[in-house]
Amino acid sequence: MSLIEIIISILVLLGGLLSLLGAIGIIRFPDVYGRLHAATKSATLGVILIMLATFLYFLIIEQQFVVKVLLTIVFVFLTAPVAGLMMSRSAYRIGVPLWEKSVQDDLKHKVSIEKNRKLNVTDKQ
Amino acid sequence: MKTNNVMLTTITKVVTFIILVFSVYLFFAGHNNPGGGFIGGLMTAAALLLMYIGFDMKTVKKAIPFNFIHMIAVGLLISIGTGVVTMLYNDVPYLTQFDRYVDVPLLGTFHLTTALPFDLGIYLVVVGIALQIILTIAEDDA
Repeated sequence: MSLIEIIISILVLLGGLLSLLGAIGIIRFPDVYGRLHAATKSATLGVILIMLATFLYFLIIEQQFVVKVLLTIVFVFLTAPVAGLMMSRSAYRIGVPLWEKSVQDDLKHKVSIEKNRKLNVTDKQ
Repeated sequence: MKTNNVMLTTITKVVTFIILVFSVYLFFAGHNNPGGGFIGGLMTAAALLLMYIGFDMKTVKKAIPFNFIHMIAVGLLISIGTGVVTMLYNDVPYLTQFDRYVDVPLLGTFHLTTALPFDLGIYLVVVGIALQIILTIAEDDA
């Protein structure tokens, strides 16, 4: 077994381990925001590591330069955090509660002001 | 309530180009690799749909002033036309394919077939139908 095979194996195993950790985090964390925190971060890095291993395998062992896999890495790295942001934002705006042991909620005041304004507008109509 | 979706719009501007380039790649790779007109058209429709999600409906309509029903018609005409034109000029059955190796200076040899315009017709029909269905549902305010 050559060195590059060992490196590729380590990358694949790390990616699988990170994806597994993300899945465990989705089950174990108490509220939506903690679960998204676990899901987006660790799953993104897991996918990136597995794709990097695939790219290295095809580059060095099969002698092919596969651009699609690199594009996948860039794409996942760009879009997964924004997807997590949009999900948590919409969850907050429809009023999904935080974990009861949370100590600080900086957005509470602003979102309640916006809600009151919206209610007033609908009353006037 | 005016929301500030600066993250979504910024990422849309970057990601739409990646998806569009990948859809064109899939369209041209269809002869020798996985891909083709159908999946390329669906990817293009997905990229345009991401623009509709990231921006306003009116803004995107200004940026992409296509009538998608006309796009479906043009795609069908191109697909039928490839069959009819080869039938008229060469006295062979309908939809017979021709291929030829063409030498282009500086770029090398291309293997051009009449299957490519046929695939272009499929591409246009798929883009037009997918966007027409989704936009008709989205604009339904009732």
